[in-house]
Amino acid sequence: RVTRKRSVDKAGQFFGSGHTNNWAVTCTSQFWFNYRHVANTLSVYRSVKRLGIPDSHIVLMLADDMACNHRNPKPATVFSHKNMELNVYGDDVEVDYRGYEVTVENFLRVLTGRLPPSTPRSKRLLSDDRSNILIYLTGHGGNGFLKFQDSEEISNVELADAFEQMWQKRRYNELLFIIDTCQGASMYERFYSPNLMALASSQVGEDSLSHQPDLAIGVHLMDRYTFYLLEFLEDIHPASTTNMNDLFKVCPKSQCVSTPGHRTDLFLRDPGSVLITDFFGSVRKVEITMETINLTSPVEQVEDKPVDGDLQRETHSYVDQLPVSEIIHQKPKQKDWHPPDGFILGLWTLILLVFFKTYGVKHLKHIF
Amino acid sequence: MATAEVERRQGQHAALAIAAVVIIVGVPLWWRTTETYRAWLPVTQINELAKLQLQLSVDVEVVFARGTLTPEQQKKVPLTQTQDEEHMVDEDTALRYRYETRYRTATIMEEDALNQPTAAEADLSLHTLSESPCGSVVVYVIPEASSLLPEVVEVYIGQRRTAMLRIGAQMRVGRTLKQLLAHLEPRIQQVLQVMSFSHSDITAALSDRVRPSPGNKESLADSMRAFKSSPGYEITFSLLNPDPKSHRLHWDIESAVQNYIQPLLTKLAPVANFSIDSQILYYAMLGVNPRYDSSLSAYTLSADSLAHVINPVEARLGSNAASSNPVLNFLLYVPDAHHSPLYIHDHKKQKVHSNAFHSPRWGGIMVYNVNDFYGPDPVFPMDINISMAKVMGVFLAQLRLLLGVQSSATPPGFVVASCGSAGLADWELDRLMWSRTVENVATATTTITSLAQLLDQIGNIVINDNIAQQVSSTVTSLQLAVAELEAGNLGFALQYSKEAILASERAFFDPSLLHLLYFPDDQKFAIYIPLFLPMCVPILLSLLKMLSEARQRRKEKQAKRD
Repeated sequence: RVTRKRSVDKAGQFFGSGHTNNWAVTCTSQFWFNYRHVANTLSVYRSVKRLGIPDSHIVLMLADDMACNHRNPKPATVFSHKNMELNVYGDDVEVDYRGYEVTVENFLRVLTGRLPPSTPRSKRLLSDDRSNILIYLTGHGGNGFLKFQDSEEISNVELADAFEQMWQKRRYNELLFIIDTCQGASMYERFYSPNLMALASSQVGEDSLSHQPDLAIGVHLMDRYTFYLLEFLEDIHPASTTNMNDLFKVCPKSQCVSTPGHRTDLFLRDPGSVLITDFFGSVRKVEITMETINLTSPVEQVEDKPVDGDLQRETHSYVDQLPVSEIIHQKPKQKDWHPPDGFILGLWTLILLVFFKTYGVKHLKHIF
Repeated sequence: MATAEVERRQGQHAALAIAAVVIIVGVPLWWRTTETYRAWLPVTQINELAKLQLQLSVDVEVVFARGTLTPEQQKKVPLTQTQDEEHMVDEDTALRYRYETRYRTATIMEEDALNQPTAAEADLSLHTLSESPCGSVVVYVIPEASSLLPEVVEVYIGQRRTAMLRIGAQMRVGRTLKQLLAHLEPRIQQVLQVMSFSHSDITAALSDRVRPSPGNKESLADSMRAFKSSPGYEITFSLLNPDPKSHRLHWDIESAVQNYIQPLLTKLAPVANFSIDSQILYYAMLGVNPRYDSSLSAYTLSADSLAHVINPVEARLGSNAASSNPVLNFLLYVPDAHHSPLYIHDHKKQKVHSNAFHSPRWGGIMVYNVNDFYGPDPVFPMDINISMAKVMGVFLAQLRLLLGVQSSATPPGFVVASCGSAGLADWELDRLMWSRTVENVATATTTITSLAQLLDQIGNIVINDNIAQQVSSTVTSLQLAVAELEAGNLGFALQYSKEAILASERAFFDPSLLHLLYFPDDQKFAIYIPLFLPMCVPILLSLLKMLSEARQRRKEKQAKRD
């Protein structure tokens, strides 16, 4: 009897996932009291950049009115940790859609690709059928909708239809959808296109809570789910092999108060075999070039001295440049002790003056 | 009493008149004013195209040189045969390959050409005699004892569209033409699979319609590596100089592009438009630290670390903001003086000859070591002229791979001529054109079918006239492309398929087709009820009252009669 041998499919890195490039789209809401949503988005943006996705492949939609808001005690900064440890705004944030451009219409246009011809490259999602896309949305939400800029809504049906149109035109290979809003799980209920995986910070009927307020800035800085998500991502580096099952365990009910949910039934691969870096990072597939073409050189060889050698007589001095790798892997700096703020000093002065006004100046000599 | 009666009568007439106006005038008016403008789309023709039945016709000419045919066989030639190969890819897609083979004997001039000492020269002189049209293949059958090809080689594939096939030994004596043709058949099939298309190429090109089964690793790698068909591409050459203190690099990129790259791009002009730019980046380091290998006294980059090289560099590469065409990046990295020389090792820890690697659908990187230029007493900064021939040789090979000019494994006994000064043989161009045409047709049909489906499902989207016009022109171009493919005119088929793709993409991605208006039914009721209910209730009630009164009267009449 002849037995057939099944050929063993060696899952080399090349064929582990079917994608060749990565994209990310992130989106949030405006106004000062929604500081934490902007901090959420910017922290995810930073992690994604750190793991390798370049700005040309990130579409960042931000109201961008936090850093220079006149209520910001530290202008040009957006902090994500209390005690102002980590400034996620920095000086290399590339916001593609800011202010009034962040609308449901533009978001759907970016996803489906129906942009006017005058739109520049950086504002387009130029993905193809081998792109893995990460979409991160945060803000205020409800059962079946998400608020955009506190004046518009996007419903889960519209989102599901947009993804279906993306699938029809093969604009993605696999898509990871993360949403951090109240009742976030309702947003992925209506998905029906293949190869979608979704994570939400709370179930229908639950609220997603914010993490920690900062007393100096006066608002909450982050949401719980994103905070623990980022803690999880801090341990990921471009070569790590952590898979999606670990991501589903992020922020259990004890830490998050809400119950995070996920949906993988539309995804073709087993989540245990999907690496985090498949979506959050951009690990390129690489092949060695084996063949070369033998070309004879008809070009006249330029004489050894460059033509403008005389012009380059002035000496150039090169400053020691900052190594790029250090810039990319920026960790939050430890906070040094600073003397108390003017506000605190003024407050105590006021208290002391009131005390001495009330009880009489004679007590002053006991103090000083 | 009479006035009450008259008033009641007037009231009834009024109610009836209002109801009539509402129903006859109001309802149609409301319908017309709230409907969306939807221009007519050729839906039946689109549905016909959804079931794609492609026929690819190849013109094959088999020329028998002197000494291959016996006189009896020669009497039956010239002869034409047609062969069909049917494939059912899935329930919506069917393929038919038609090979129209013309058998004839060689002319005197062709015999002279075949008398050249080597195959390459024979190929050249054959080409001067006649030029075969795009998409066709000519096979010259030469006798077994011919010295044109070396011993072990059976088939030689030239730079144009010709191949030379050596006939087998025992076949000559006492065989009929039919048996001879049957003997040649499999080898000619192999030649056609290399020079025109193979079934796996075509199914890979249909990947938009048919999700490829996870079978063949080779074809999966090929389909992932090459860029998808696009009307235009941008090629960017970048020189990375991390150490301007030590090296002053000069590269004559303009003339290099003109001499080496441009001929290939000109030859590829029917397939796509290309635009080229170049840039020089200073202080651009690789993201990976190379390891020092004392046995080679050189720095090495292992194959596993290559994947992490690209990202830090990509963040700094510029690109053309205006176009949305895919970009092919070719980077030339000259290592800094402290890390020279730098070699790339493959998975077996062997030095890579080209010192270059490429990434699918992105581009290629080559490391160019300049420590040989240092001389006994190097004075920094040193002026270095980069030898563009060597660099362009590598970039050209990578460009061919990334554009989809696959060099599939040739069957044993085959020899393929080098691709010549243009960097692309004619038959390689034909191969690319076949797969591009099929890919374009497949993509355009899926686009237009899904657009029709989408517009059908969502009744709220406005379909403007220009979209309808784009759709119609897509349908026309597609029908023409399929017809030209059937007729075997590859050049025209490619043109029409490109037009079809452009029109379908323009129609699908038109900014006006945005479905923003999702109205669930309960919202529709919520909007219309406060408008219409207060108006309709009095009318309905008065009509009901009239009906009940009329019934009352009839009952009284009945009672009176009895």
